[in-house]
Amino acid sequence: MSAGHAHPLHLERDSPIHRLSPEVKIVAVVLFTVIVVVTPRTEFAAFGGYALLIAGVAVLARVPALWLAKRATIELPFVLLAVALPLAGQGERVDWLGLSLSVDGLYGAWNIFAKGTLGVLASLLLAATTTMRDLVLGLDRLHCPPVFTQIMTFMLRYIDVLADDARRMRIARLSRGYDPRFLWQVKAFAVGVGALFLRSYERGERVYLAMLSRGYTGRLPQITGGPAPGRDWALSAVLPVAAAGIAVAGLLLT
Amino acid sequence: MIGVTTPALRISGLHFAYPDGREALRGVDLSLAPGERVALLGPNGAGKTTLVLHLNGILHGGPGRVEISGMPVTPGDRAAIAEIRRRVGIVFQDPDDQLFMPTVAEDVAFGPANLGVRGTELDDRVSEALAAVGMSEHRDQVPHHLSFGQRRRVAVATVLAMRPEILVLDEPSSNLDPASRRELAEILESLPVTVLMVTHDLPYALELCPRSVIIDDGRLVADGSTVTLLADRELMASHRLELPFGFDPVAAMTALAARRKNP
Repeated sequence: MSAGHAHPLHLERDSPIHRLSPEVKIVAVVLFTVIVVVTPRTEFAAFGGYALLIAGVAVLARVPALWLAKRATIELPFVLLAVALPLAGQGERVDWLGLSLSVDGLYGAWNIFAKGTLGVLASLLLAATTTMRDLVLGLDRLHCPPVFTQIMTFMLRYIDVLADDARRMRIARLSRGYDPRFLWQVKAFAVGVGALFLRSYERGERVYLAMLSRGYTGRLPQITGGPAPGRDWALSAVLPVAAAGIAVAGLLLT
Repeated sequence: MIGVTTPALRISGLHFAYPDGREALRGVDLSLAPGERVALLGPNGAGKTTLVLHLNGILHGGPGRVEISGMPVTPGDRAAIAEIRRRVGIVFQDPDDQLFMPTVAEDVAFGPANLGVRGTELDDRVSEALAAVGMSEHRDQVPHHLSFGQRRRVAVATVLAMRPEILVLDEPSSNLDPASRRELAEILESLPVTVLMVTHDLPYALELCPRSVIIDDGRLVADGSTVTLLADRELMASHRLELPFGFDPVAAMTALAARRKNP
Protein backbone atom coordinates (compact mmCIF):
# COMPACT_ATOMS: atom_id res chain seq x y z
CA MET A 1 0.00 0.00 0.00
CA SER A 2 3.03 2.23 -0.04
CA ALA A 3 2.77 3.27 -3.68
CA GLY A 4 1.59 6.82 -3.98
CA HIS A 5 1.81 7.60 -0.31
CA ALA A 6 5.38 8.67 -0.49
CA HIS A 7 6.04 12.02 1.11
CA PRO A 8 9.18 14.08 0.54
CA LEU A 9 10.77 12.59 3.67
CA HIS A 10 10.08 8.99 2.71
CA LEU A 11 12.75 6.82 1.10
CA GLU A 12 11.41 3.80 -0.73
CA ARG A 13 13.72 0.92 0.18
CA ASP A 14 13.43 -2.67 1.19
CA SER A 15 15.11 -3.11 4.57
CA PRO A 16 14.38 -4.80 7.88
CA ILE A 17 13.56 -1.36 9.33
CA HIS A 18 11.10 -0.59 6.52
CA ARG A 19 9.36 -3.89 7.17
CA LEU A 20 8.82 -3.27 10.89
CA SER A 21 5.26 -2.44 11.97
CA PRO A 22 4.78 1.32 12.19
CA GLU A 23 3.63 1.42 15.81
CA VAL A 24 6.80 -0.23 17.17
CA LYS A 25 8.94 2.27 15.27
CA ILE A 26 6.96 5.21 16.64
CA VAL A 27 7.31 3.94 20.20
CA ALA A 28 11.05 3.27 19.74
CA VAL A 29 11.71 6.78 18.38
CA VAL A 30 9.69 8.47 21.14
CA LEU A 31 11.46 6.49 23.90
CA PHE A 32 14.87 7.09 22.32
CA THR A 33 14.23 10.84 22.14
CA VAL A 34 13.07 10.96 25.76
CA ILE A 35 16.24 9.17 26.90
CA VAL A 36 18.40 11.55 24.86
CA VAL A 37 16.66 14.58 26.31
CA VAL A 38 16.95 13.49 29.96
CA THR A 39 20.66 12.62 29.65
CA PRO A 40 22.73 15.28 31.49
CA ARG A 41 24.50 17.52 28.98
CA THR A 42 27.96 16.77 30.35
CA GLU A 43 27.77 13.06 29.45
CA PHE A 44 29.70 13.54 26.21
CA ALA A 45 30.49 9.85 25.77
CA ALA A 46 26.79 8.94 26.07
CA PHE A 47 25.91 11.31 23.21
CA GLY A 48 28.65 9.69 21.14
CA GLY A 49 27.03 6.34 21.86
CA TYR A 50 23.61 7.61 20.78
CA ALA A 51 25.09 8.92 17.54
CA LEU A 52 26.58 5.47 16.89
CA LEU A 53 23.16 3.86 17.52
CA ILE A 54 21.51 6.23 15.02
CA ALA A 55 24.25 5.53 12.50
CA GLY A 56 23.67 1.81 13.00
CA VAL A 57 19.92 2.16 12.34
CA ALA A 58 20.61 4.29 9.25
CA VAL A 59 22.91 1.58 7.86
CA LEU A 60 20.31 -1.13 8.59
CA ALA A 61 17.60 0.95 6.93
CA ARG A 62 19.89 1.65 3.96
CA VAL A 63 19.39 5.40 4.27
CA PRO A 64 22.43 7.28 2.85
CA ALA A 65 24.19 9.68 5.21
CA LEU A 66 24.06 12.55 2.72
CA TRP A 67 20.30 12.14 2.29
CA LEU A 68 19.87 12.38 6.07
CA ALA A 69 22.27 15.31 6.39
CA LYS A 70 20.42 17.35 3.75
CA ARG A 71 17.06 16.90 5.49
CA ALA A 72 18.56 17.48 8.93
CA THR A 73 19.13 21.11 7.91
CA ILE A 74 15.60 21.73 9.16
CA GLU A 75 17.13 22.21 12.62
CA LEU A 76 19.37 25.07 11.43
CA PRO A 77 17.20 27.87 12.89
CA PHE A 78 17.52 26.26 16.33
CA VAL A 79 21.26 25.77 15.94
CA LEU A 80 21.61 29.46 15.09
CA LEU A 81 20.02 30.24 18.42
CA ALA A 82 22.51 27.89 20.06
CA VAL A 83 25.43 29.74 18.44
CA ALA A 84 24.30 32.95 20.12
CA LEU A 85 24.29 31.39 23.60
CA PRO A 86 28.07 31.28 24.28
CA LEU A 87 28.40 34.92 23.20
CA ALA A 88 25.50 36.19 25.25
CA GLY A 89 25.79 33.82 28.24
CA GLN A 90 26.52 34.85 31.82
CA GLY A 91 29.09 33.67 34.40
CA GLU A 92 32.58 32.21 34.00
CA ARG A 93 34.19 32.96 30.64
CA VAL A 94 36.98 31.49 28.54
CA ASP A 95 38.96 33.08 25.73
CA TRP A 96 39.00 31.36 22.38
CA LEU A 97 40.46 32.90 19.22
CA GLY A 98 40.12 36.30 20.81
CA LEU A 99 36.44 35.74 21.60
CA SER A 100 35.27 35.82 25.19
CA LEU A 101 32.83 32.90 25.54
CA SER A 102 30.62 31.97 28.45
CA VAL A 103 31.30 28.45 29.73
CA ASP A 104 27.68 28.03 30.73
CA GLY A 105 26.63 29.28 27.31
CA LEU A 106 28.94 26.76 25.63
CA TYR A 107 27.34 23.93 27.57
CA GLY A 108 23.89 25.29 26.67
CA ALA A 109 24.79 25.45 22.98
CA TRP A 110 26.15 21.90 23.05
CA ASN A 111 23.01 20.75 24.82
CA ILE A 112 20.70 22.17 22.15
CA PHE A 113 22.89 21.07 19.28
CA ALA A 114 23.49 17.48 20.44
CA LYS A 115 19.97 16.70 21.62
CA GLY A 116 18.33 18.54 18.72
CA THR A 117 20.41 16.74 16.10
CA LEU A 118 19.83 13.31 17.63
CA GLY A 119 16.08 13.93 17.87
CA VAL A 120 15.85 15.21 14.30
CA LEU A 121 17.88 12.29 12.96
CA ALA A 122 15.72 9.74 14.79
CA SER A 123 12.53 11.35 13.45
CA LEU A 124 13.97 11.53 9.95
CA LEU A 125 14.79 7.82 10.08
CA LEU A 126 11.23 7.08 11.18
CA ALA A 127 9.85 9.18 8.32
CA ALA A 128 12.28 7.68 5.82
CA THR A 129 11.23 4.14 6.64
CA THR A 130 7.47 4.61 7.13
CA THR A 131 4.84 5.85 4.68
CA MET A 132 2.32 8.46 5.79
CA ARG A 133 -0.42 5.87 5.60
CA ASP A 134 1.49 3.51 7.91
CA LEU A 135 2.27 6.33 10.35
CA VAL A 136 -1.45 7.03 10.70
CA LEU A 137 -2.17 3.30 11.07
CA GLY A 138 0.55 3.03 13.72
CA LEU A 139 -0.84 5.95 15.70
CA ASP A 140 -4.28 4.42 15.46
CA ARG A 141 -3.05 1.10 16.83
CA LEU A 142 -1.31 2.97 19.66
CA HIS A 143 -4.80 4.20 20.64
CA CYS A 144 -4.19 7.75 19.55
CA PRO A 145 -7.66 9.41 19.81
CA PRO A 146 -9.60 8.47 16.64
CA VAL A 147 -10.44 12.11 15.97
CA PHE A 148 -6.76 12.81 15.30
CA THR A 149 -6.15 9.75 13.16
CA GLN A 150 -9.33 10.41 11.16
CA ILE A 151 -8.26 14.01 10.55
CA MET A 152 -4.89 12.73 9.37
CA THR A 153 -6.49 10.12 7.13
CA PHE A 154 -8.62 12.77 5.47
CA MET A 155 -5.70 15.13 5.13
CA LEU A 156 -3.75 12.34 3.46
CA ARG A 157 -6.55 11.77 0.96
CA TYR A 158 -7.52 15.35 0.21
CA ILE A 159 -4.22 17.21 0.33
CA ASP A 160 -3.63 16.36 -3.35
CA VAL A 161 -7.20 17.27 -4.29
CA LEU A 162 -6.78 20.61 -2.52
CA ALA A 163 -3.42 21.24 -4.15
CA ASP A 164 -5.02 20.49 -7.51
CA ASP A 165 -7.86 22.90 -6.77
CA ALA A 166 -5.36 25.57 -5.81
CA ARG A 167 -3.30 24.90 -8.94
CA ARG A 168 -6.35 25.15 -11.22
CA MET A 169 -7.43 28.38 -9.57
CA ARG A 170 -3.93 29.77 -10.01
CA ILE A 171 -3.86 28.82 -13.70
CA ALA A 172 -7.28 30.43 -14.15
CA ARG A 173 -5.96 33.61 -12.49
CA LEU A 174 -2.84 33.64 -14.62
CA SER A 175 -4.91 33.08 -17.77
CA ARG A 176 -6.71 36.31 -17.06
CA GLY A 177 -3.50 38.27 -16.91
CA TYR A 178 -2.86 38.14 -13.18
CA ASP A 179 0.82 38.67 -12.57
CA PRO A 180 1.43 39.92 -9.04
CA ARG A 181 4.66 41.86 -8.61
CA PHE A 182 3.87 44.05 -5.65
CA LEU A 183 2.37 43.44 -2.28
CA TRP A 184 -0.82 45.40 -3.01
CA GLN A 185 -1.53 43.07 -5.92
CA VAL A 186 -1.82 40.12 -3.58
CA LYS A 187 -5.54 40.67 -3.04
CA ALA A 188 -6.64 38.22 -5.74
CA PHE A 189 -4.43 35.58 -4.15
CA ALA A 190 -5.92 36.22 -0.72
CA VAL A 191 -9.45 36.03 -2.13
CA GLY A 192 -8.42 32.79 -3.84
CA VAL A 193 -7.36 31.33 -0.49
CA GLY A 194 -10.76 32.27 0.92
CA ALA A 195 -12.53 30.66 -2.02
CA LEU A 196 -10.43 27.55 -1.58
CA PHE A 197 -11.43 27.40 2.07
CA LEU A 198 -15.13 27.66 1.17
CA ARG A 199 -14.78 24.99 -1.50
CA SER A 200 -13.07 22.66 0.97
CA TYR A 201 -15.72 23.34 3.56
CA GLU A 202 -18.50 22.48 1.12
CA ARG A 203 -16.62 19.43 -0.05
CA GLY A 204 -16.32 18.35 3.58
CA GLU A 205 -20.09 18.42 3.84
CA ARG A 206 -20.56 16.42 0.66
CA VAL A 207 -17.98 13.85 1.76
CA TYR A 208 -19.80 13.50 5.07
CA LEU A 209 -23.14 12.94 3.30
CA ALA A 210 -21.54 10.31 1.09
CA MET A 211 -20.09 8.61 4.18
CA LEU A 212 -23.44 8.64 5.97
CA SER A 213 -24.99 7.05 2.89
CA ARG A 214 -22.61 4.16 3.29
CA GLY A 215 -23.50 3.57 6.92
CA TYR A 216 -20.88 5.72 8.70
CA THR A 217 -21.68 5.98 12.40
CA GLY A 218 -18.81 8.11 13.69
CA ARG A 219 -16.03 5.53 13.72
CA LEU A 220 -13.92 4.39 10.84
CA PRO A 221 -14.04 0.59 10.72
CA GLN A 222 -10.79 -1.16 11.69
CA ILE A 223 -9.99 -3.55 8.91
CA THR A 224 -6.36 -3.38 7.92
CA GLY A 225 -4.05 -5.92 9.49
CA GLY A 226 -3.58 -7.00 13.07
CA PRO A 227 -1.33 -5.68 15.80
CA ALA A 228 2.45 -5.88 15.45
CA PRO A 229 4.03 -9.30 16.10
CA GLY A 230 6.17 -9.69 19.23
CA ARG A 231 9.27 -10.09 17.06
CA ASP A 232 8.81 -6.50 15.78
CA TRP A 233 8.46 -5.17 19.31
CA ALA A 234 11.59 -7.03 20.42
CA LEU A 235 13.63 -5.83 17.43
CA SER A 236 12.63 -2.20 17.76
CA ALA A 237 13.15 -2.26 21.54
CA VAL A 238 16.87 -2.64 20.85
CA LEU A 239 17.20 1.09 20.09
CA PRO A 240 15.70 2.56 23.30
CA VAL A 241 17.13 -0.23 25.48
CA ALA A 242 20.63 0.31 24.11
CA ALA A 243 20.22 4.07 24.57
CA ALA A 244 19.05 3.59 28.14
CA GLY A 245 22.02 1.28 28.73
CA ILE A 246 24.41 3.93 27.48
CA ALA A 247 22.77 6.58 29.66
CA VAL A 248 22.93 4.43 32.80
CA ALA A 249 26.50 3.34 32.10
CA GLY A 250 27.51 6.95 31.57
CA LEU A 251 25.96 8.02 34.88
CA LEU A 252 27.52 5.11 36.82
CA LEU A 253 31.00 5.53 35.38
CA THR A 254 31.31 9.24 36.15
CA MET B 1 -47.63 -9.04 -11.57
CA ILE B 2 -47.83 -5.49 -10.22
CA GLY B 3 -49.51 -5.48 -6.87
CA VAL B 4 -48.18 -8.94 -6.09
CA THR B 5 -44.46 -8.14 -5.78
CA THR B 6 -43.32 -5.52 -3.28
CA PRO B 7 -42.02 -2.46 -5.09
CA ALA B 8 -38.25 -1.86 -4.72
CA LEU B 9 -39.06 1.74 -3.95
CA ARG B 10 -42.32 3.35 -3.01
CA ILE B 11 -42.68 7.04 -2.25
CA SER B 12 -46.06 8.43 -1.29
CA GLY B 13 -47.06 12.03 -0.66
CA LEU B 14 -43.53 13.18 0.11
CA HIS B 15 -43.11 16.84 1.06
CA PHE B 16 -40.01 18.65 2.17
CA ALA B 17 -39.12 22.24 2.95
CA TYR B 18 -35.61 23.49 3.74
CA PRO B 19 -35.14 25.39 7.03
CA ASP B 20 -35.18 28.69 5.13
CA GLY B 21 -38.75 27.90 4.09
CA ARG B 22 -37.99 27.01 0.47
CA GLU B 23 -40.28 24.15 -0.53
CA ALA B 24 -38.26 21.57 -2.42
CA LEU B 25 -40.77 18.70 -2.61
CA ARG B 26 -44.51 19.24 -2.80
CA GLY B 27 -46.08 15.81 -2.78
CA VAL B 28 -44.07 13.21 -4.71
CA ASP B 29 -45.50 9.75 -5.46
CA LEU B 30 -43.27 7.22 -7.19
CA SER B 31 -43.05 3.46 -7.32
CA LEU B 32 -40.26 1.34 -8.84
CA ALA B 33 -40.60 -2.39 -9.53
CA PRO B 34 -37.61 -4.59 -8.65
CA GLY B 35 -35.04 -4.68 -11.45
CA GLU B 36 -36.48 -1.63 -13.19
CA ARG B 37 -34.17 1.11 -14.52
CA VAL B 38 -35.76 4.53 -14.28
CA ALA B 39 -34.38 7.95 -15.18
CA LEU B 40 -35.26 10.94 -13.01
CA LEU B 41 -35.24 14.00 -15.24
CA GLY B 42 -35.77 17.63 -14.46
CA PRO B 43 -34.24 21.09 -14.71
CA ASN B 44 -31.75 22.45 -12.19
CA GLY B 45 -33.36 23.18 -8.85
CA ALA B 46 -36.35 20.92 -9.52
CA GLY B 47 -35.77 18.89 -6.35
CA LYS B 48 -33.94 15.89 -7.81
CA THR B 49 -31.10 15.82 -5.28
CA THR B 50 -33.48 16.55 -2.41
CA LEU B 51 -35.55 13.56 -3.45
CA VAL B 52 -32.47 11.34 -3.69
CA LEU B 53 -31.32 12.28 -0.19
CA HIS B 54 -34.72 11.22 1.13
CA LEU B 55 -34.27 7.69 -0.16
CA ASN B 56 -31.77 6.78 2.57
CA GLY B 57 -33.08 9.08 5.27
CA ILE B 58 -30.37 11.75 5.16
CA LEU B 59 -33.07 14.35 4.62
CA HIS B 60 -36.37 13.86 6.40
CA GLY B 61 -38.92 15.71 8.44
CA GLY B 62 -41.69 16.52 5.97
CA PRO B 63 -44.98 14.64 5.61
CA GLY B 64 -45.02 11.57 3.39
CA ARG B 65 -43.56 8.10 3.35
CA VAL B 66 -40.62 6.34 1.70
CA GLU B 67 -40.37 2.55 1.59
CA ILE B 68 -37.46 0.48 0.30
CA SER B 69 -38.60 -3.06 -0.58
CA GLY B 70 -41.43 -2.65 1.88
CA MET B 71 -39.27 -1.30 4.71
CA PRO B 72 -40.19 2.23 5.76
CA VAL B 73 -37.41 4.82 6.11
CA THR B 74 -37.61 5.80 9.78
CA PRO B 75 -34.86 8.34 10.53
CA GLY B 76 -35.03 7.91 14.31
CA ASP B 77 -34.33 4.18 14.33
CA ARG B 78 -30.57 3.59 14.01
CA ALA B 79 -30.73 -0.12 13.20
CA ALA B 80 -33.44 0.42 10.60
CA ILE B 81 -31.60 3.31 8.99
CA ALA B 82 -28.42 1.21 8.78
CA GLU B 83 -30.37 -1.44 6.86
CA ILE B 84 -31.93 1.25 4.63
CA ARG B 85 -28.49 2.62 3.81
CA ARG B 86 -27.39 -0.86 2.85
CA ARG B 87 -30.39 -1.30 0.56
CA VAL B 88 -30.03 2.11 -1.09
CA GLY B 89 -26.66 2.75 -2.68
CA ILE B 90 -26.15 6.35 -3.72
CA VAL B 91 -23.36 7.21 -6.15
CA PHE B 92 -22.70 10.92 -5.87
CA GLN B 93 -21.81 13.19 -8.73
CA ASP B 94 -18.25 14.03 -7.74
CA PRO B 95 -16.25 10.84 -7.14
CA ASP B 96 -13.78 12.84 -5.03
CA ASP B 97 -16.58 13.34 -2.52
CA GLN B 98 -17.26 9.65 -2.41
CA LEU B 99 -13.72 8.26 -2.41
CA PHE B 100 -12.05 9.47 0.74
CA MET B 101 -9.94 6.55 1.91
CA PRO B 102 -6.24 6.35 1.04
CA THR B 103 -6.57 3.37 -1.32
CA VAL B 104 -9.24 2.07 -3.70
CA ALA B 105 -9.64 -1.24 -1.85
CA GLU B 106 -10.00 0.44 1.55
CA ASP B 107 -12.62 2.75 0.13
CA VAL B 108 -14.64 -0.08 -1.35
CA ALA B 109 -14.36 -1.88 2.00
CA PHE B 110 -15.65 1.12 3.96
CA GLY B 111 -19.35 0.51 3.33
CA PRO B 112 -19.48 -3.25 4.04
CA ALA B 113 -17.15 -2.79 7.05
CA ASN B 114 -19.68 -0.33 8.45
CA LEU B 115 -22.22 -3.13 8.09
CA GLY B 116 -20.00 -5.36 10.22
CA VAL B 117 -18.52 -7.48 7.42
CA ARG B 118 -14.94 -8.56 8.25
CA GLY B 119 -12.11 -10.83 7.19
CA THR B 120 -12.24 -12.94 4.04
CA GLU B 121 -15.88 -12.10 3.35
CA LEU B 122 -14.92 -8.42 3.25
CA ASP B 123 -12.08 -9.21 0.85
CA ASP B 124 -14.47 -11.17 -1.35
CA ARG B 125 -16.93 -8.31 -1.44
CA VAL B 126 -14.21 -5.83 -2.40
CA SER B 127 -12.88 -8.11 -5.15
CA GLU B 128 -16.38 -8.82 -6.44
CA ALA B 129 -17.38 -5.14 -6.54
CA LEU B 130 -14.13 -4.07 -8.22
CA ALA B 131 -14.46 -6.89 -10.74
CA ALA B 132 -18.03 -5.79 -11.56
CA VAL B 133 -16.74 -2.37 -12.65
CA GLY B 134 -13.54 -3.69 -14.23
CA MET B 135 -11.19 -2.04 -11.76
CA SER B 136 -9.65 -5.11 -10.10
CA GLU B 137 -6.08 -4.28 -11.09
CA HIS B 138 -6.29 -0.84 -9.46
CA ARG B 139 -7.24 -2.02 -5.97
CA ASP B 140 -4.12 -0.75 -4.21
CA GLN B 141 -3.90 2.56 -6.01
CA VAL B 142 -4.57 6.00 -4.61
CA PRO B 143 -7.97 7.27 -5.87
CA HIS B 144 -6.39 10.58 -6.79
CA HIS B 145 -4.11 8.91 -9.31
CA LEU B 146 -6.97 7.36 -11.30
CA SER B 147 -8.63 9.01 -14.28
CA PHE B 148 -12.01 10.64 -13.74
CA GLY B 149 -13.84 7.81 -15.49
CA GLN B 150 -12.01 5.23 -13.36
CA ARG B 151 -12.87 7.13 -10.19
CA ARG B 152 -16.53 7.19 -11.20
CA ARG B 153 -16.40 3.41 -11.68
CA VAL B 154 -14.74 2.92 -8.29
CA ALA B 155 -17.47 5.10 -6.77
CA VAL B 156 -20.02 2.68 -8.23
CA ALA B 157 -18.02 -0.22 -6.77
CA THR B 158 -18.00 1.34 -3.28
CA VAL B 159 -21.77 1.14 -3.35
CA LEU B 160 -22.01 -2.28 -5.03
CA ALA B 161 -19.87 -3.75 -2.24
CA MET B 162 -22.81 -3.14 0.09
CA ARG B 163 -25.01 -5.32 -2.18
CA PRO B 164 -27.72 -2.70 -2.53
CA GLU B 165 -31.21 -3.41 -3.75
CA ILE B 166 -31.52 -0.08 -5.45
CA LEU B 167 -28.69 1.86 -7.03
CA VAL B 168 -29.17 5.62 -7.18
CA LEU B 169 -26.85 7.51 -9.50
CA ASP B 170 -26.51 11.28 -9.47
CA GLU B 171 -25.45 12.44 -12.94
CA PRO B 172 -23.50 9.27 -13.76
CA SER B 173 -22.36 10.49 -17.19
CA SER B 174 -21.24 14.01 -16.22
CA ASN B 175 -17.64 14.90 -17.10
CA LEU B 176 -17.02 11.53 -18.74
CA ASP B 177 -15.48 11.21 -22.17
CA PRO B 178 -17.61 9.25 -24.68
CA ALA B 179 -15.63 6.01 -24.20
CA SER B 180 -15.90 6.14 -20.39
CA ARG B 181 -19.55 7.03 -20.78
CA ARG B 182 -20.18 3.95 -22.92
CA GLU B 183 -18.14 1.71 -20.57
CA LEU B 184 -20.17 2.91 -17.61
CA ALA B 185 -23.40 2.25 -19.51
CA GLU B 186 -22.26 -1.33 -20.21
CA ILE B 187 -21.46 -1.83 -16.52
CA LEU B 188 -24.81 -0.42 -15.41
CA GLU B 189 -26.69 -2.59 -17.91
CA SER B 190 -24.95 -5.71 -16.60
CA LEU B 191 -25.94 -5.09 -12.96
CA PRO B 192 -28.97 -7.00 -11.69
CA VAL B 193 -30.25 -4.20 -9.45
CA THR B 194 -32.98 -1.60 -9.55
CA VAL B 195 -31.55 1.68 -10.84
CA LEU B 196 -32.75 5.22 -10.32
CA MET B 197 -30.65 7.57 -12.40
CA VAL B 198 -30.72 11.34 -11.99
CA THR B 199 -29.48 12.90 -15.20
CA HIS B 200 -29.49 15.80 -17.63
CA ASP B 201 -28.01 13.53 -20.28
CA LEU B 202 -31.22 12.62 -22.11
CA PRO B 203 -29.67 10.31 -24.73
CA TYR B 204 -28.07 8.40 -21.85
CA ALA B 205 -31.44 8.09 -20.14
CA LEU B 206 -32.95 6.80 -23.38
CA GLU B 207 -30.19 4.25 -23.83
CA LEU B 208 -30.28 2.87 -20.28
CA CYS B 209 -33.75 3.45 -18.86
CA PRO B 210 -36.96 2.17 -20.49
CA ARG B 211 -38.95 4.37 -18.11
CA SER B 212 -38.50 7.99 -17.06
CA VAL B 213 -40.12 10.40 -14.65
CA ILE B 214 -39.89 14.19 -14.87
CA ILE B 215 -39.78 16.26 -11.71
CA ASP B 216 -40.26 20.01 -11.76
CA ASP B 217 -40.86 22.47 -8.96
CA GLY B 218 -41.05 19.67 -6.37
CA ARG B 219 -43.71 17.62 -8.17
CA LEU B 220 -43.63 14.65 -10.53
CA VAL B 221 -45.09 16.03 -13.73
CA ALA B 222 -44.68 13.07 -16.06
CA ASP B 223 -44.12 9.32 -15.80
CA GLY B 224 -43.90 7.06 -18.81
CA SER B 225 -41.70 5.35 -21.35
CA THR B 226 -38.56 7.37 -21.96
CA VAL B 227 -38.97 7.52 -25.72
CA THR B 228 -42.56 8.83 -25.43
CA LEU B 229 -41.56 11.52 -22.95
CA LEU B 230 -38.52 12.65 -24.92
CA ALA B 231 -40.54 12.79 -28.16
CA ASP B 232 -43.18 15.03 -26.55
CA ARG B 233 -41.78 18.44 -27.53
CA GLU B 234 -44.38 20.44 -25.68
CA LEU B 235 -43.86 18.59 -22.40
CA MET B 236 -40.10 18.82 -22.72
CA ALA B 237 -40.08 22.53 -23.51
CA SER B 238 -42.40 23.39 -20.63
CA HIS B 239 -39.94 21.86 -18.15
CA ARG B 240 -36.72 23.29 -19.56
CA LEU B 241 -35.61 19.94 -20.94
CA GLU B 242 -33.79 20.02 -24.25
CA LEU B 243 -32.38 17.28 -26.40
CA PRO B 244 -28.93 17.71 -27.93
CA PHE B 245 -29.00 19.37 -31.34
CA GLY B 246 -30.04 16.96 -34.07
CA PHE B 247 -30.99 14.14 -31.69
CA ASP B 248 -34.17 12.27 -32.64
CA PRO B 249 -35.30 10.01 -29.80
CA VAL B 250 -37.55 7.83 -31.98
CA ALA B 251 -34.82 7.19 -34.55
CA ALA B 252 -32.31 6.54 -31.76
CA MET B 253 -34.68 4.09 -30.13
CA THR B 254 -35.14 2.20 -33.41
CA ALA B 255 -31.37 2.00 -33.85
CA LEU B 256 -31.01 0.82 -30.25
CA ALA B 257 -33.64 -1.89 -30.73
CA ALA B 258 -31.90 -3.07 -33.89
CA ARG B 259 -28.54 -3.20 -32.07
CA ARG B 260 -30.05 -5.19 -29.22
CA LYS B 261 -31.60 -7.68 -31.67
CA ASN B 262 -28.32 -8.53 -33.46
CA PRO B 263 -25.40 -7.04 -31.55
